[in-house]
Amino acid sequence: MIRVELPAHLRTLAGVKGEVTLDVAGQVTLRAVLDALEEKYPMLQGTIRDHVTLKRRAFLRFFACEEDLSHESPDALLPDAVASGKDPLLVIGAVAGG
Amino acid sequence: MSKVRLLVGTRKGAFVLTSDGKRENWDVSGPHFAGWEIYHLKGSPVDPNRLYASQSSGWFGQVIQRSNNGGVTWEPAGNKFVYDGVAGTHQWYDGTPHPWEFKRVWHLEPSLSDADEVYAGVEDAALFRSADGGQNWEELSGLRKHGSGPHWQPGAGGMCLHTVILDPSDPKRIFIAISAAGAFRTDDGGKSWKPINKGLRSAQIPDQDAEVGHCVHHIAMHPSRPDVLFMQKHWDVMRSDNAGDSWQEVSGNLPTDFGFAIDVHAHEPETIFVVPIKSDSEHYPLDGKLRVYRSKSGGNEWEALTKGLPQKDCYVNVLRDAMAVDTLDTCGVYFGTTGGQVYGSSDGGDSWAPIVRDLPGVLSVEVQTLA
Repeated sequence: MIRVELPAHLRTLAGVKGEVTLDVAGQVTLRAVLDALEEKYPMLQGTIRDHVTLKRRAFLRFFACEEDLSHESPDALLPDAVASGKDPLLVIGAVAGG
Repeated sequence: MSKVRLLVGTRKGAFVLTSDGKRENWDVSGPHFAGWEIYHLKGSPVDPNRLYASQSSGWFGQVIQRSNNGGVTWEPAGNKFVYDGVAGTHQWYDGTPHPWEFKRVWHLEPSLSDADEVYAGVEDAALFRSADGGQNWEELSGLRKHGSGPHWQPGAGGMCLHTVILDPSDPKRIFIAISAAGAFRTDDGGKSWKPINKGLRSAQIPDQDAEVGHCVHHIAMHPSRPDVLFMQKHWDVMRSDNAGDSWQEVSGNLPTDFGFAIDVHAHEPETIFVVPIKSDSEHYPLDGKLRVYRSKSGGNEWEALTKGLPQKDCYVNVLRDAMAVDTLDTCGVYFGTTGGQVYGSSDGGDSWAPIVRDLPGVLSVEVQTLA
């Protein structure tokens, strides 16, 4: 079971509270996790990555195990701690403000 | 008794304001979609409880929301806006070619005959249509693929298709406007489009008579006379009596003819309203006085409407989609400001009162008159 922590606005959009949990078959990559996330919560399609290119939206980042995975290949394996459900994958909105 | 429902889009959420036909006491619901930019929301003329909202964010992109109960609850609809075929390029600010990129939905225009049909005007400029309640979107690409497309360029707010007007007498005729390409019309349901900018003159472009390149801010039409259009251009208030084939200036005695919003009285097709703004670099009312100007002669002769509006130290703007009229016997007129005020008049503009004062900056105001 994979754990994903979404920004507050996306939790509201998806109608969830706290972390979401996903079943990911096969290798646990960023692409596989996001595919599973968007299948379970289709209203999130297009809000984390582009519908067509599947590129990460510019002001979002992916963190896990105290590492920034945003620039890793979407087909790279996520850390074991994420794959095992020990740690969550964090989807983070860039800090903005005055 | 009749009711009035105002749909207010702001920089940080949507608000639904309701009142009875007296329009004295208002109930305020919101913020809906708190924290998101709500460029526009509008109800279906076929089913007033069917509302559509454009929700967007620099972080999370575009979301379309739909309500089936007048805005009490909402559900996300489809947000996949993909240009048809090769997107191509338009001109960038510096004149170089720039790829067409979807950014957001500026305007949602529900069909006059089907609650599940809705049009979306988007940035970068294109028109999309959904036939299934906003779930799936298809571009009417004849517009973007009009031969002039590579020469279109953005205004300061982006290259947005912000105005969509459906002709109630001809379901195949649609008017749209783009900043800063100009106005276009289709007579075949969106397959082909023609620029309708003859008579517009814009000092900001080298050829003032150019077919495209004019910064049209908004267009309004009275449903009883779909061939008569009123336009607030970047500078100049314009009028067409032949469905946009030609335009003449009707700025007349306005103190400044720059502005964004324009609308037509619900029962008097020759009565129009604008909110003059000082200039393109000073987006606030002249002399700090918030004045709506009304012409009862279809332009040229204007009177200032000031009763109930701040007449000193007011430096807000009124954006292009932030004015609307209801259809009650004494026509209500409403507008929202970038300072978060929504003003209403229940007597055709003679007097005004704030409905709410402290919302986030208002991007759009629409009104529904409910039986």
